Amino acid sequence: MSRTIRTLSVVLGLLLVLAGCSGSDTNWNAKNIRGLMPELEFQLTATDGEPFTPEDRAGQVRLLFFGFTNCPDICPATMARLQNAVKQMPEAMRDEVTLLFVSVDPERDTPERIGEYVDFFGDNIVGLTSDEATLRELAKRYRTTFGYGKPDEDGNYDVSHSSAVYVFDGQARARLLIRSDQSISQISEDLETLVRQGRD
Amino acid sequence: MSWYHYLLPYDFSPLTLIAFVVVLTMYLQGLYALPAEERPGVLRVFTFLLGLLLCYTVMHTRFDYYSQYMFFIHRGQHLVLHHLGPLLMVLSNPLPIMRFWARQLPGWLDPVLWPVKMVYRVLQQPLIAATLFVGLIYLWLTPELHFDAMLSRPLYWVMNWSMLLDGLLFWWLILDPRSPHTERVLGYGKRIILLVLIIPPQSALGAWILFSDSMVYDVYEVCGRAWPMAPETDQMLGGVLTWIPPAMMSGIAILIVIGRMMRDDRNSAKAQQARDAEEVHA
Repeated sequence: MSRTIRTLSVVLGLLLVLAGCSGSDTNWNAKNIRGLMPELEFQLTATDGEPFTPEDRAGQVRLLFFGFTNCPDICPATMARLQNAVKQMPEAMRDEVTLLFVSVDPERDTPERIGEYVDFFGDNIVGLTSDEATLRELAKRYRTTFGYGKPDEDGNYDVSHSSAVYVFDGQARARLLIRSDQSISQISEDLETLVRQGRD
Repeated sequence: MSWYHYLLPYDFSPLTLIAFVVVLTMYLQGLYALPAEERPGVLRVFTFLLGLLLCYTVMHTRFDYYSQYMFFIHRGQHLVLHHLGPLLMVLSNPLPIMRFWARQLPGWLDPVLWPVKMVYRVLQQPLIAATLFVGLIYLWLTPELHFDAMLSRPLYWVMNWSMLLDGLLFWWLILDPRSPHTERVLGYGKRIILLVLIIPPQSALGAWILFSDSMVYDVYEVCGRAWPMAPETDQMLGGVLTWIPPAMMSGIAILIVIGRMMRDDRNSAKAQQARDAEEVHA
């Protein structure tokens, strides 16, 4: 019986270690996804119609976000929040953050249209899209999905997509997952820490 | 999407494919090689293949996509991997096939297999087995870890495989076709006690999920759902699937064990009568 109890405690101990592994030294406001997700890697089309890869902004902290330009609430709100968070950072750091807005609605969102949309929010945003298959692969890589609702009589339809923002550091490693309930200053704080870590 | 897309894996895992193909091949080859009197009947073969097919379907077809983006379907996936699938495979009594393959093992493998056997023996201690069975459900439903498992591809596969392997271990312990009267396997009473013991913790977890006011598993919010469904509904259905069917499975398994117990009693009573009769004649 004592052997059973000993083995039992070893098993439980292992389980606890496994459950506690996600801890880290930095206290992030966002969810720490270091090691959970693969590096930032894709080839999409930028708003000028040219191919774009993450290396085009190598060394920068990159924020990946899925959406579509007809998006009524989540996308504009998220874009505005992220932009405000960047504005709250010290001026010298703002240039080291790039937002990657990936439209998952290639049917309606042409590169030009995405260009107009992202320009409205600021100049550190790169608007991106591709064909549906490529977008599905990218979404799958980051464990998310998107779907299209039924079109109404005017042909308008809703697009369901992830509300999360994936943050990658200067070396393209997955670092943080920003959820929609985080405040602007919390996001700003995290981004500042990341940029500072990249400089060290 | 064409119909065959639903049969293709959403997330292709070579290891998973190989594992299922190897098990299927070994089962069929063993079946073919066995002498007719040892060979399991059609119903048993069907039961085994059904269990195997169910596990493969929820793990490695389009079903997996919906499991990743809907909480209640994820609960259904684990119900198959941890309960229904392994239970069917074990219930089919694949013992003759396993013995056939054990006979094929070369002798030099014995020292290599020794640690595996030791781990197996430890894991099959009744209390450890029951704790592991319930513990794994709790572990992967820890909100923090659940979030990580849904974000990390390797962790996700570890989760699903651990559920399937533990399911096979536990149900084998419970529904081991060998009789405790003649072989060193767990007694019927203990099997029933384990089956009863695992009900309350599973029900408590399911009820907790079902009656939670807030969203316990928000990863499905963050990563998007497979189709628009109210998060509360998704979580509620998930809670029900964690609560009710596992309790029913325990109930069914208890009936099966009682049935075997009675059959064993009848058999040993008959044997006793035969012995008595012989003594009288002598």
